[in-house]
Amino acid sequence: MNHDVFMAGFGGQGVLLIGNLLAYATIMEGNDASYFPAYGVEKRGGAATCTIVMADKNVGSPVVGEPEAALLLNPLSMEKYYDRVRSGGFALVNSSLIDDDGSSRDDLQKVLIPANEMALEVGDSRLVNMIVLGAYLEYSKVVKMETVKEALKVVLPERNHRFLPMNYQALERGADFCRQALSMK
Amino acid sequence: MTKRLFVKGNEAVAMGALEAGCRYYFGYPITPQSDIPEYISRELPKLGGEFIQAESEVASINMLLGASACGARAMTSSSSPGISLKQEGISYMAGSECPGLIVNVCRSGPGLGGIDASQADYFQSVKGGGHGGYHIIVLAPDSVQEMYDMAILGFDLSDRYRVPAMILADAVIGQMKEGLEPHSYVAPDDLETKDWALIGDGKAGEQKIIKSLYLGDGELEAHNNHLHAKYAVMQEKEVRYEGIELDDAKLVVTAYGSTARIAKTAIRLARKEGMKVGLLRPITLFPFPKAAFKQCKRDGQRILCFELNNGQMVEDVRLAVRDVEVDFYGRAPGAGSLPTPEEFLAKIRSRYEA
Repeated sequence: MNHDVFMAGFGGQGVLLIGNLLAYATIMEGNDASYFPAYGVEKRGGAATCTIVMADKNVGSPVVGEPEAALLLNPLSMEKYYDRVRSGGFALVNSSLIDDDGSSRDDLQKVLIPANEMALEVGDSRLVNMIVLGAYLEYSKVVKMETVKEALKVVLPERNHRFLPMNYQALERGADFCRQALSMK
Repeated sequence: MTKRLFVKGNEAVAMGALEAGCRYYFGYPITPQSDIPEYISRELPKLGGEFIQAESEVASINMLLGASACGARAMTSSSSPGISLKQEGISYMAGSECPGLIVNVCRSGPGLGGIDASQADYFQSVKGGGHGGYHIIVLAPDSVQEMYDMAILGFDLSDRYRVPAMILADAVIGQMKEGLEPHSYVAPDDLETKDWALIGDGKAGEQKIIKSLYLGDGELEAHNNHLHAKYAVMQEKEVRYEGIELDDAKLVVTAYGSTARIAKTAIRLARKEGMKVGLLRPITLFPFPKAAFKQCKRDGQRILCFELNNGQMVEDVRLAVRDVEVDFYGRAPGAGSLPTPEEFLAKIRSRYEA
């Protein structure tokens, strides 16, 4: 196994949280992972990106120039990083905020996902990140959905465990959407 | 499921230090290393230790000198501009033969520079940093696990030689998260008790003095020769490096810390393309693995050095192998300027075909 994914959005969208979660779940499954964040000094609204590299053992570079997959959550990320996705790779584009449909490239798999609307349907606008992570898990199968749920339980403080069902639902909805989108192609 | 932890490099180095028996920390916050004092301020009091956020970097390094003179395992941490402020104290520690651990999670400079990763403090770390022509032990971890392991190794080496030890990391190694398998500290057999320490054991007529001021005729020269004799022993016994696929390599890539991690992927990609490329990663930057580089010379290999600066370690590589052509590719540290494996691969390709 050797996978990498780059995630980008603005601060507050929860990009760093799902990056963390994915890397942690990978380690829980006995594989190796690195999580490398880069973010502005702002608490909200600044750029937030992270790179997760996953391997059976010995992750090499935690930095990736041309990622195998990219999760792009806001217009600026699309503008800056869409062209970097490796040929033959995967781009997940948050179509709620990004008008660009990615038609400038046909050498990769792309899924346009209305993540903000889907999050609201599940019940909270802050679930955008979980929708997106669910979709990525469906595409990559890099870790089991169950492990991510387990990891979330560990990462989330006990007092917030009442939010778990909603987060699980968002993960599932993201995965369902991606499954359908990919099967139509 | 395994029991590995998933932590930042900064947390790992703090955990390793506490495991090694460090019970005194003195520091002043600065990005990108503030997770270290954050972790230690929370965990050290539980172990009966003392955490002090000093009024400045200068104060904290002098507190470290004091704790060390009393025989305690103690540490400080900072990032580049803060480490510059500590240089006077480090020179005094070196002169006074006070061991201790100093962690530098480098950011870019000069001056306040920026908060992203840099390897531009190499010269400062290995060539003395402060005044007086001394050396300190310099360790360059390239993973979260090594941050933990080298905090322990740093204390042991520092105590063994009574030479301060520095961990030279950067914002990438400090802030990335990876798996960590902590292990219990076992003190090496050869660590002597610190009978030089000022612990007030009150034996009449026995005076212990820890100082860096030598005014007697010939005293200071002898002291300096004594210090440099220790550096020579370290050069012989304490060199550490990692070699990957060096045996059949026609081109040897060398890099340390975060840059070595990026190079590891670049080398894997190069091997896939059929190029015989290996990696020589210095782990101890002082003492520098000169002999390993000399080996390249005998094997007729060429050398390519990657750094996240405009060329510093490459000078030591060139000194070690004077007749071998050594190429350099570096990037000036600054916002968004991390090199990628693909970028290194392109350099490897052009050098390999040259």
